Amino acid sequence: MLLVKKLLRDIPAVLGLVIIVTVVLVAIFAWHLVPDPYGVYDGDILTRLQPPSWEHPFGTDDLGRDILSRVIVGSRGALMIALGVVAVSMVIGIPLGLYAGYESGWGSEAIMRLTDIFLAVPQLILALAVAQILSRGIESAMLALALTYWPFFTRTVFAETRRVRTALFIEAMEGLGASRLRIITAHILPNVAASIIVRATIGMGFTILTAATLGFLGIGATPPSPDWGLTIAESREYLPESWWFATFPGLAILLTVLGFNLFGDGLRDLVDPRLRRSR
Amino acid sequence: MWRFVLRRILLMIPVLFGLLLLTFTMLQLIPTDPAAALAGDNATVEQIEAIREQFGYNDPVVVQFWTYLKQVSHGDFGVSVYSMRPIGADIAQRLPATIELTFVALILAGVGGIVIGTLAAVWHNSAFDHIVRVLSVAGLAVAAFWFAIMLQVLFAMDLNWLPLRGRLAVGIAGPPHVTGFYLIDSLIAGDFGLFWQSLRYLTLPAVTLSLGGLATIARFTRSAIVETMQRDFVAYEQAVGFPKWRIVLPYVLRNSLVTPITQIGLLFGSMISGAVVVESIFDWPGLGSYLVQVIFAADYRAILAVTLVIGVIYALVNIAVDLVHTWVDPRVSEHM
Repeated sequence: MLLVKKLLRDIPAVLGLVIIVTVVLVAIFAWHLVPDPYGVYDGDILTRLQPPSWEHPFGTDDLGRDILSRVIVGSRGALMIALGVVAVSMVIGIPLGLYAGYESGWGSEAIMRLTDIFLAVPQLILALAVAQILSRGIESAMLALALTYWPFFTRTVFAETRRVRTALFIEAMEGLGASRLRIITAHILPNVAASIIVRATIGMGFTILTAATLGFLGIGATPPSPDWGLTIAESREYLPESWWFATFPGLAILLTVLGFNLFGDGLRDLVDPRLRRSR
Repeated sequence: MWRFVLRRILLMIPVLFGLLLLTFTMLQLIPTDPAAALAGDNATVEQIEAIREQFGYNDPVVVQFWTYLKQVSHGDFGVSVYSMRPIGADIAQRLPATIELTFVALILAGVGGIVIGTLAAVWHNSAFDHIVRVLSVAGLAVAAFWFAIMLQVLFAMDLNWLPLRGRLAVGIAGPPHVTGFYLIDSLIAGDFGLFWQSLRYLTLPAVTLSLGGLATIARFTRSAIVETMQRDFVAYEQAVGFPKWRIVLPYVLRNSLVTPITQIGLLFGSMISGAVVVESIFDWPGLGSYLVQVIFAADYRAILAVTLVIGVIYALVNIAVDLVHTWVDPRVSEHM
């Protein structure tokens, strides 16, 4: 409870949390919120490229679809992709990090060298290459992002496990004859969970940005998806006249990522007071 | 010092070998037949088989990996299906443009970030400080491709101050090739008009690319300086009556720059991935836009060659950063 209180005193973190909750709610109830459910996929070609108005607060796109509605529905895709990618990365990355951190031997050495190799190339570039090999589409983009993001989890979990491993109570458990699996899952995992949560929160924001970039480059979502990145790519032909076409999906990305970053920073300060805010 | 450098370079070798193994494995996983792609649409089965034999696609995998290693170590990445030229030549031709762009962006981010961060720390808790803190968080949440487009709309399309895309206007030849960097080559040629033009074309992409780095470095510099300002030697100097700037500039800054400089190294990775996006938006003829082009052409060999080259550059930059790091703070090398 003390932790919650401390977090609530951190204004940027609370702001981040408010943004996250809002975006999640918008995504869940997207189809009830959209002012124009038909306008998401079927536009009226006669009202194409209309500037923002009362009827279309964010304007309309090149096919006359309502951009506000598409931005709202697009939040579902963005969050689903990020959740999927982070979840898969956690499933791969955490066990490897726990094992490599707890054991010391060629197995753990091999895992850590593997993360070195993956981290030797910027994630986006590796993800682009993997996505291309897997064939186009949203699923392969997600898989590509997850296959290139897990090393970040492994690194975090490895470092934390190494730290916890030397603690006296672990030694005591070993002395009592507790099994390796039991020590790792019941005693080490809860102690490294905080760092995992921080990494996952920051990873959500990061993945939304990377996934939007893939969508923009034409490797993730495919038309007529209301994906934010894809929408911005589609808008380029109609600039600068139809500025609203590109502006609002970009603001949606900015706001969502900002929410995760602010909240993630706040969490990190709580978990590790050495890394105080301000950075 | 030199032992430290040598150690870093030796440590790089297994990582690069692993990266080669990774790219090679990915080449093997490609769904399409590379021989068929090379032969073209109208090739007969015999022609495809001949190409397969010629390029060694029928050899055992281990032999193929050995051949791949040998070729790559000579800079021979095969022929691009996209440009029909040797991939190595394509990369060599495009690399200077990317390095020029990234380097300028890195300088913008480094110098700008350190100056802004220092000012924010010196005017701790002022309005300026608060604005810097908000912008430094927001700067990391902005999608680079969106920021690039917004800059294009504002400065190139609406205000018409800066060119929209390209490295120079269409039809204008670059300066005589010396280094491949237009900014330097045009100065060597003594052509200041061309230098000015290159700079104008470089501005928007470089600013876009520097945004994330600028935000990160400003943030780290600010917090490092705020922390250093609380140390005893600063209190002493203040008590003796040194003016604030005489304390901050030589003493506090040197004691605070270690983290920001480490960050610059880490940023290089995000700059390279940023370059992929920024270059394709601004039609900058570098490695990043090449990567996007070969991805759309499904030119796997070129994709993996670019990935590999970027990995090598990335590793070299990290070594360079460590060197600067030890130079700024000699305590570091003892730990490594």
